[in-house]
Amino acid sequence: MRSAANSVSEHRDELVELDRAIGDGDHGENMERGFLAVRNQLELTVPESPAAALKSVATSLISSVGGAAGPLFGTAFLRASTAVGDAETLDGPTVAAALRAALDGVTARGKAEREDKTMVDALAPAAEAAEAASTTAGSGPSAVLRAAAEAAETGARTTVSLIAKKGRASYLGDRSAGHLDPGARSVVLLLNAFADVTGAE
Amino acid sequence: MRVGLVIVSHSGPLSDGVVELVGQMAPEVRVNAAGGTPSGGVGTDFEATSAALAAAETGSGVVLLYDLGSARMTAELAVESLAEPNTAVVVDAPLAEGAVAAAVAAQNGDDLEAVARAAEQAAGAGGAEESEEAAATSAAEGASVATRAESELTLENEVGLHARPAALLARSLTGLDAAVTVSFGESTTDARSVLGVMGLGARKGDRIGLRATGPDAETALRRITELVERDFDE
Ligand SMILES: Nc1ncnc2c1ncn2[C@@H]1O[C@H](COP(=O)(O)OP(=O)(O)O)[C@@H](O)[C@H]1O
Ligand SMILES: [Mg+2]
Repeated sequence: MRSAANSVSEHRDELVELDRAIGDGDHGENMERGFLAVRNQLELTVPESPAAALKSVATSLISSVGGAAGPLFGTAFLRASTAVGDAETLDGPTVAAALRAALDGVTARGKAEREDKTMVDALAPAAEAAEAASTTAGSGPSAVLRAAAEAAETGARTTVSLIAKKGRASYLGDRSAGHLDPGARSVVLLLNAFADVTGAE
Repeated sequence: MRVGLVIVSHSGPLSDGVVELVGQMAPEVRVNAAGGTPSGGVGTDFEATSAALAAAETGSGVVLLYDLGSARMTAELAVESLAEPNTAVVVDAPLAEGAVAAAVAAQNGDDLEAVARAAEQAAGAGGAEESEEAAATSAAEGASVATRAESELTLENEVGLHARPAALLARSLTGLDAAVTVSFGESTTDARSVLGVMGLGARKGDRIGLRATGPDAETALRRITELVERDFDE
């Protein structure tokens, strides 16, 4: 989580620029503020299980992000926390199940479908790739997360040509085409950070 | 106890403005604003929304209205986080018009479901035309005994169709199965739309037209006529 927070901070300006092009320019600040709150909270109370950690992340994001990304990522982490259950460590299939639950949470909350130019365009292929990778014998959590991150990256890139149908960018209509969706970019940053730390462990 | 309202907005001044507008017409309804971020910026605030929701609850439930899509998500999260999520509903309605309609219904003592419906059906003049059409169609299909009624009245009260009279007029139609329009000059509006009726700008001495369609058309016109003849109890 710390590394996710750092990555979000490092890319803050990039996210701001992306959101400025098709939104209101606050996505970078929203995400940075959110993950700063996440980090502070995790340092304050060290969670006892992966599920508790994910829930703490969700609560911090919901309370501090301010933009659409707050309730969306908040719901994603909340659902992931439930999916993880009482597992003490996260194996490949559990990670895949958590990503699927996160995706279901985001679509339940935001009602976005694929190709609406939102974070769903990164998260949906990520969840699928994670599921596929987790069924391959011997793939641990880091391989699953790496597969998810790569699929998210490809998915996020497809948002460039899309016309936004959900979120603030949808008010721009055709003019939203030609820009990467900031929320999809954030999904990639988070998954990359998660894959990097699990790989290093 | 009356149903309470929460206005969830990205902007503090916007939600405060809606609360002010509504307060004039429904003085006994708790209407709370949750607008802007804690630092006063543009965005929605989950904690503030939850607090506004708790403060609006008097035991009869709460209706939440929102401005833009992500405010809806924050409102829904706040409702889902309640110990009893079925005591509050997030409605899809035009913010100002919906809040006024909901507040008038709440002031009238309507229950949670009815207040939510009042907000959802608030869509200004367009809504009136639609419901009139719907009534006409159902009549043609023989689904209900639709009747039509029309009349003209002269306003004798001091303030004309200002906020309070418009609210009383809307309230007088509660529970009636009739699409009612009020017209003045070139404009026509849904009689249940408080803002629409105010927007007609009809003053003392002006002549307004009424039209009602539906099974309760006659009753609707009688109630409005009585109200106008009593000078809206001014
Ligand atoms: N209904 C939705 N479903 C899924 N994702 C959404 C939805 N609305 C917005 N988003 C995502 O949120 C991002 C914008 O987040 P942010 O800038 O924090 O919020 P806001 O739009 O309120 O300023 C978008 O790039 C998009 O990926
Ligand atoms: Mg934004």
